[in-house]
Amino acid sequence: MAQMTMIQAITDALRTELKNDENVLVFGEDVGVNGGVFRATEGLQKEFGVDRVFDTPLAESGIGGLAIGLALQGFRPVPEIQFFGFVYEVMDSISGQIARYRFRTGGTFNMPITIRSPFGGGVHTPEMHSDSLEGLMAQQPGLKVVIPSTPYDAKGLLISAIRDNDPVIFLEHLKLYRSFRQEVPEEAYTIPIGKADVKREGKDLSIFAYGLMVHESLKAAEELEKEGYSVEVVDLRTVQPLDIDTIIASVEKTNRAIVVQEAQKQAGIAANVVSEIMERAVLSLEAPVLRVAAPDTIYPFPQAENVWLPNYKDIIETAKKVLTF
Amino acid sequence: MSGKVFDPKGVLQDVESKFEMFQILNENGEVVNPEYEPKLSDEELVELMTRMVYTRVLDQRSISLNRQGRLGFYAPTAGQEASQLASHFALEKDDWILPGYRDVPQIVWHGLPLWKAFLFSRGHFIGNQIPEGVNILPPQIIIGAQYIQAAGVALGIKKRGGKNVAVTYTGDGGSSQGDFYEGINFAGAYKAPAIFFIQNNQYAISTPRDIQTAAKTLAQKGIAAGIPCVQVDGMDPLAVYVATKDARERAVAGEGPTLIETICYRYGPHTMSGDDPTRYRTEDIDNEWAKKDPIVRFRKYLEGKGLWSEEKETEVIERAKEEIKEAIKLADQAPKQTVTDLISIMHEELPFNLKEQYEIYKAKESK
Repeated sequence: MAQMTMIQAITDALRTELKNDENVLVFGEDVGVNGGVFRATEGLQKEFGVDRVFDTPLAESGIGGLAIGLALQGFRPVPEIQFFGFVYEVMDSISGQIARYRFRTGGTFNMPITIRSPFGGGVHTPEMHSDSLEGLMAQQPGLKVVIPSTPYDAKGLLISAIRDNDPVIFLEHLKLYRSFRQEVPEEAYTIPIGKADVKREGKDLSIFAYGLMVHESLKAAEELEKEGYSVEVVDLRTVQPLDIDTIIASVEKTNRAIVVQEAQKQAGIAANVVSEIMERAVLSLEAPVLRVAAPDTIYPFPQAENVWLPNYKDIIETAKKVLTF
Repeated sequence: MSGKVFDPKGVLQDVESKFEMFQILNENGEVVNPEYEPKLSDEELVELMTRMVYTRVLDQRSISLNRQGRLGFYAPTAGQEASQLASHFALEKDDWILPGYRDVPQIVWHGLPLWKAFLFSRGHFIGNQIPEGVNILPPQIIIGAQYIQAAGVALGIKKRGGKNVAVTYTGDGGSSQGDFYEGINFAGAYKAPAIFFIQNNQYAISTPRDIQTAAKTLAQKGIAAGIPCVQVDGMDPLAVYVATKDARERAVAGEGPTLIETICYRYGPHTMSGDDPTRYRTEDIDNEWAKKDPIVRFRKYLEGKGLWSEEKETEVIERAKEEIKEAIKLADQAPKQTVTDLISIMHEELPFNLKEQYEIYKAKESK
């Protein structure tokens, strides 16, 4: 098995599916010769040709519309939005069109589209490059929203997304692209969308997280263990639809929970997870379910990023409130 | 010094001077541009006229059915028959049509059963279930969104090596949207086989054409995308047909997309949902445009050839009325929509939330 970074695992997933299905097309801004600004598509144009892996004019709405038209011709488009902060330019294509096609045509047409895009903070980008907008996507009926936290999960989930006959938003945290390596099988494998993963087992508290916050949560769990607490960390992996069975089973085991997200606290995924727990497992709870999230400002300028982003210390602080309630 | 003239204003004037409305048949039904008169057979000419007359009846009946509460959302089409049906007449069965919401006639003549068009109007998803082998999309609601999707369909056709084209329609207002520019630009960059129509019916709801842009013509917007573009008399079926046929031939030959502006007019309101055109148009303007009517001039042209008569026209009108009545009957038979139906068409496989909601609504609906 090869040791891969997350970005290598993503490239490997794209290569696997380009090989597996001739209808798969990879396109976007600078994804061709340049291999993408983060090199996610490195070498793919050379290997599969300009007909399958191609650059687009610089217009996100155009990329979304192109994906729709290609899907209508039986292709399986995998467009890249260069940074997810640019998604506002393509919101009609995503929410107004792609998410609704199966529905508005009563099942005549479907949209087997996977929109890949980097997001997430901590790498000192200019404005509009780091925002966590998964909540915006998750609120749109018709979309699935996937956020891997490890190279192994990234490959398996991306292959599942590309093979899915409905649209998937696949968000890749910038800070995780090259932060560590992991053994990743060279062959094709899938991880089901909508399935969470218990990244660490525990008995006293469940932490639900996704993306970079999975790693902050694991770090917090280690620290808490030194103080005698056994903490479970559940990586949601898919934030829409949620893996309700895994979430509820974990809460019923530990009787205490917190939910961690990098995004601002208002609305959002964490609030939804809390609501589901309240509706389904309130009698199992020994304490209120609390959230760790960023403050409700616009995503900050790079110099303020590190004070703004939630980290393991914030998680420990909130975890203790719940553990000692 | 290169000696080149610095004259940005002159360049614009020069380009704009090239855009003159292309016409073959004038408003009196006379051929003013004989070298371009298409070689359509007598049967084809009669068929095109039949479709225009039929569609005028369909428009009148749709308006009255709407007023009786028997149809829902409806965007009137009278005045645009040449623009809509003569362009469609130049297409082939395997061409793809991406319509706006006023472009129901084209998709009906392309194969959408009329009763389904009525169900679309009534707001039933069965109206949007497109029969196998009919290459159309349901009418687009977001102005201009169909333009960029047409670029995608056209690129897909090119990748498949098809000899068909993607055809899309918007209005004068639509030509101001970002997706309009992205659509013609993407299709141009990929040399994709697309035909883009701007049906310039002079008003985007109430906003007149002049408020949309400083450009003298909407057709000239194609210049910036590097694609052929032309302005035609949209009340002249022959000019619209010839321009479309020409664009289609180039598209199929691998020469990429064309932008066609059809100068036309909608006689009725924007939609039947409360628009009052007297707030923004005068009767004089209406009367001026009525003189240019596409059916009137084509009737004269065909009568001159001995191909059309009052009896023939009455026959078409009666047939249209009869078929519309039958289509309404079929539309009336559509099953009542349920929430469980709506849940079932959301995904190939339902996620947990919809599965749960399906059961809840199934129980409610069985009461």
